Amino acid sequence: MSARHKPALRPLYAFGLGLIAAIWLFPYLWMALTSFKSLDDIVVAPAAIWPAHPSLAAYRTVLASTPIARYFWNTSVMALSIAALQVLLALPAGYALAKLRFRGRRLTLVLVLATLILPAQVRFIPVFTLLAKLGLVNTMAGLVLPFAVSALGTFLVRQGLASVPDSLIEAARIDGASELRIVYVILAPLIAPTLLALFLFSFVSHWNDYFWPLVLTTDEHVRTLPLAVALLREQGTGVRWHIVMAGNVLLSMPVLAVFALTQRHLLRAVTLRGFGG
Amino acid sequence: MKPSRAYDPYWMLLPTLGFLLVFFLFPLALLAKTSLFDWDLLSEPRFVGLENYRALLRSGELWSSLWTTLSISVVVVLASMAAGLALAIALDRPGRFVAFVRSAVFSAYLLSWVSVALLFLWLLDADVGIFARTFHALGWTSPRWLGDPAFAPWAIAAVTVWKITGYALVLFLAGLQDTPQSVLEAAELDGATPFERFCNVTWPILQPTTLFVATTSLIASFQMFDVVRVMTQGGPVRSTSVLVYAIYEQLFLDLRVGRASAEALVFVVVLLALTVGELWLFRRSEA
Repeated sequence: MSARHKPALRPLYAFGLGLIAAIWLFPYLWMALTSFKSLDDIVVAPAAIWPAHPSLAAYRTVLASTPIARYFWNTSVMALSIAALQVLLALPAGYALAKLRFRGRRLTLVLVLATLILPAQVRFIPVFTLLAKLGLVNTMAGLVLPFAVSALGTFLVRQGLASVPDSLIEAARIDGASELRIVYVILAPLIAPTLLALFLFSFVSHWNDYFWPLVLTTDEHVRTLPLAVALLREQGTGVRWHIVMAGNVLLSMPVLAVFALTQRHLLRAVTLRGFGG
Repeated sequence: MKPSRAYDPYWMLLPTLGFLLVFFLFPLALLAKTSLFDWDLLSEPRFVGLENYRALLRSGELWSSLWTTLSISVVVVLASMAAGLALAIALDRPGRFVAFVRSAVFSAYLLSWVSVALLFLWLLDADVGIFARTFHALGWTSPRWLGDPAFAPWAIAAVTVWKITGYALVLFLAGLQDTPQSVLEAAELDGATPFERFCNVTWPILQPTTLFVATTSLIASFQMFDVVRVMTQGGPVRSTSVLVYAIYEQLFLDLRVGRASAEALVFVVVLLALTVGELWLFRRSEA
């Protein structure tokens, strides 16, 4: 739509924009400001915008009362492993489904798509009892393995590879390239934007995940950050909003930083999901 | 293409199929099995047939959590789509500030549910929250948004709308890219008002996007859990006990694996119905 406005409407439009920005940014601002407040600030003047005595005390409390570095490490290892495994395993599977003729191809594709309707929220009871039998409760493997394959990722890779000309693959075969080399070295770079979008979206979703770590972990050596930050509120007594918000800043900063750096790719991930590649 | 060796496709698919079998299909079968047992995770499971399903229907708990989930989801889907569409139209133009506002709205979609839930728990705090203080300053009595069963489900819905409007916004913006500029300009020359141009040109073009956003947001809303766990724990008086939360409670608070499994299986059927409905709508809109 064109940017032409009647001059009289321009201030109104600017006001509207400002209002929208305020609705979405004020909560962030309030979170950040609260994290620099003290207990006194919150009790005496809860609605005051600026902290009377800005301090990092809330952050020091979070760092002193919880092994937050450990949680950062756990969350990063978990989210990076899941994102990497999803991309690595989707490539050969997507290639076979897009390019190779074999018995059972349609059935396999239907199977992959059918699992799309089974989110962790319906699988958690049997997967939990299964992992309990294998002794994988409270382990990193238990956090990662149920998400190592992404049905959506497999499907998106298949869609991406479908448009690659067969002649390219034939030429590589004549040059003596193995199938794995064809998939990871020759074809992967051609769909790099899709793979990157998939990786980033998966990383962010699992960094944020609360449900599965809540189900699977009870002790803190594999606890992840969202769980730990939610616990900040449940533990202790009294008004601790400055502490909870300090934890919340630590939890959301990495995601907002990834978003700021890779906005284009994350947007692509959302529209890819939308239009099936 | 013919694979270079007949067995190539099979080993390339093996890891993916293996994981899908172990973590998706086998669990579904296991779920069906445990739903027929009385089991508390500790003692031996005892076969009870369909008793878990009967108990769910008898207690009325299933209907109440389905109804809660459905009513919150419908509000969430309609409101986030209306807001997303309005914002997409308002923000579909060049300019750095406009781009910044688009990013601000979308960023909430990427934030974790825990972050959003904690943030709004603080904003909506009945004593020291900014909303309560604002009401107070204006001389009004502030409702206890999260402590009153009449408000809590809608507070949860509002928080969800704040978080996911960015999703609808991004997809509607992508949909608007397909609007033919020449038709819009021709309509403008013919004296069509902006509203007429929207109804007759833009809206029909956006139909597939609308359908897609509606169905995916509905399915996602049905899986709502984190925001309820963090903000209300299903309360007050079960007014926000959505389906997934009810299942979680059955399992980890009441240790009733069988009944939780039965409820989860009902949930699978609901998701299946929603998905089939989605596919049917798409077929129809394409025909």
